[in-house]
Amino acid sequence: MLYREVGEFKTSYAADQQTFPIRFDKLAYFIILAFAFLVVPFLINDYWANAVLLPFLIFGIAAIGLNILTGYCGQVSLGSGGFMAVGAYACYKLMTGFPDMNLIICIILSGGVTALVGILFGLPSLRIKGFYLAVATLAAQFFLVWLFNKVGWFYNYSASGQINAPEREMLGIVISGPNSSPQAVYLVCLSFLTVLALIARNLTRGAFGRKWMAIRDMDIAAEIIGVNPLMAKLTAFGVSSFYVGIAGALLFSVYLGAVEVGEVFGIQKSFLVLFMIIIGGLGSIFGSLAGAAFLVLMPVVLKNVMVGSLGWPVDIAAHFEFLIVGSLIVFFLIVEPHGFAMLWRIIKEKLRLWPFPH
Amino acid sequence: MSRKTAKTDTKDSYVTADGRTIGPAVMEMQNITLRFGGVIAIQDISFDIREGEVRAIIGPNGAGKSSMLNVINGFYHPQEGQILYKGEVRKPLKPYEIAHQGIARTFQNIALFKGMSTLDNIMTGRLTHMKTGMLSQALWWGRAQKEEVENRAFVERIIDFLEIQSIRKVPVGRLPYGLQKRVELGRALAAEPSLLLLDEPMAGMNVEEKEDMSRFILDVNEEFGTTIALIEHDMSVVMDLADRVVVMDYGKKIGDGTPDEVRSNQAVIDAYLGVSHD
Repeated sequence: MLYREVGEFKTSYAADQQTFPIRFDKLAYFIILAFAFLVVPFLINDYWANAVLLPFLIFGIAAIGLNILTGYCGQVSLGSGGFMAVGAYACYKLMTGFPDMNLIICIILSGGVTALVGILFGLPSLRIKGFYLAVATLAAQFFLVWLFNKVGWFYNYSASGQINAPEREMLGIVISGPNSSPQAVYLVCLSFLTVLALIARNLTRGAFGRKWMAIRDMDIAAEIIGVNPLMAKLTAFGVSSFYVGIAGALLFSVYLGAVEVGEVFGIQKSFLVLFMIIIGGLGSIFGSLAGAAFLVLMPVVLKNVMVGSLGWPVDIAAHFEFLIVGSLIVFFLIVEPHGFAMLWRIIKEKLRLWPFPH
Repeated sequence: MSRKTAKTDTKDSYVTADGRTIGPAVMEMQNITLRFGGVIAIQDISFDIREGEVRAIIGPNGAGKSSMLNVINGFYHPQEGQILYKGEVRKPLKPYEIAHQGIARTFQNIALFKGMSTLDNIMTGRLTHMKTGMLSQALWWGRAQKEEVENRAFVERIIDFLEIQSIRKVPVGRLPYGLQKRVELGRALAAEPSLLLLDEPMAGMNVEEKEDMSRFILDVNEEFGTTIALIEHDMSVVMDLADRVVVMDYGKKIGDGTPDEVRSNQAVIDAYLGVSHD
């Protein structure tokens, strides 16, 4: 059959430790990547980019970030929305403070700023665990949103209290502001996601990932075999916030262009990202992306089916959308509590033997 | 049995009848007292662990054996007394710092990382030997990859040694109890400890599993020359494995010596069999 690992023997540990040890997987990965970079930009229009692809790419980054913290290190966080806001505002301040700086560098630096803020809010994790930590990060969420609303310096004292992304170019192509083309923005976001997902995979399969997972699975045993819990938790908070901050910066600078903090980075966004990783699968990079795709795509698909194909009134469709997305979440969690990633793993294990299971 | 020929002088090394060299004391506990509020868990206990030997700590339930192990690996800090490790007085350190000094342990109730595979669990034991920074690991390049492969090679030797090749990539949560115990031993061995602490390595095992585990403990001691301190309830196992035995009862030391000496010690017999108080 197409999908099998039988007969694939690894002769070195390096070969055994690679991200896609099965040849078919590796091939599929490169084909998807090539398709996404070389073909998709020619197919998309404004609607596809703004309604589906960009939110998927950006929330994919945020979901990977939260998954590093919650899925790999076991520290529940409800502050993703707040940390995305930190990324967005850091990006805004950098863009307006240093108009000549390349936007990509601004975005990466925003991630760095968010990482520092994340480490700061991660400090309580040394003393409190589980639900109590979730409440502490919830405080971060509300505090950060309040801060960006209250202190004028963050939005350059603009009358509306909003922040607006100025126009920036890269290699002569406009990538932010109202004149940016969906293709350019798509490629920027896709590049970020590709690189960041790769880095996340490398970190989680190496020594750092094992430290984080050790803390998640049994923190006392982890400490006794030599994991410094302070360093492990704070690095998880740092890396996670870096990802979430970059997602926030991208959301603001290249996707939305204008942001009102309470509306865009409210508590709903924290829950949205958390649901993505719960549905996608905790402790899995693929799961983060699958969860992001599900929660971004599902409402769009439902709306198209109900309004477009069935001709229902928009308001009724909107209510049904909540209902259906909610019940689908419940359905998938009952079928597989460990998310899409586990479902995918089971399918792969079945496929190894298919069609002769005995 | 030839193994049980210890000498009382702890300064010099000597060779046992089965050819192992027992060195000077690697760890000395001096007048250790540990209290929890008003409860005295350990009362004024002194003993030493010599390099290359198998040292057992035995005693009835609640005697303070596990507390003693927790003192050795820094989980509890005794109120009185001092600990000499490799000839130097040890300051009160955090458990992970003590792990970096070369003390590894297993737990009475298995404390594996359930979501991780056997391989990853044992690789986690190598963390004290892995030094590359985050940037290098993020790129999976050069030093980080080299280090990963080197440590993998070491871990594979342990996997071979413990005969668990077939479960290399199985999440440990799915393994049966006996194998989990073995993986936990592997994780502790991966750190290449100079002192290995085993907290009831055979608790809850059937005879066959006990035999396997005993063989592994002896092999670890003989092939790697690892110093081992273990707690065990199965007396026949202890008497066969250990070079020297410390006996505790109600937080006090009531016996110390070779298995034969301990077996004939009246206080020990009283503690185990009970004695009438009339």
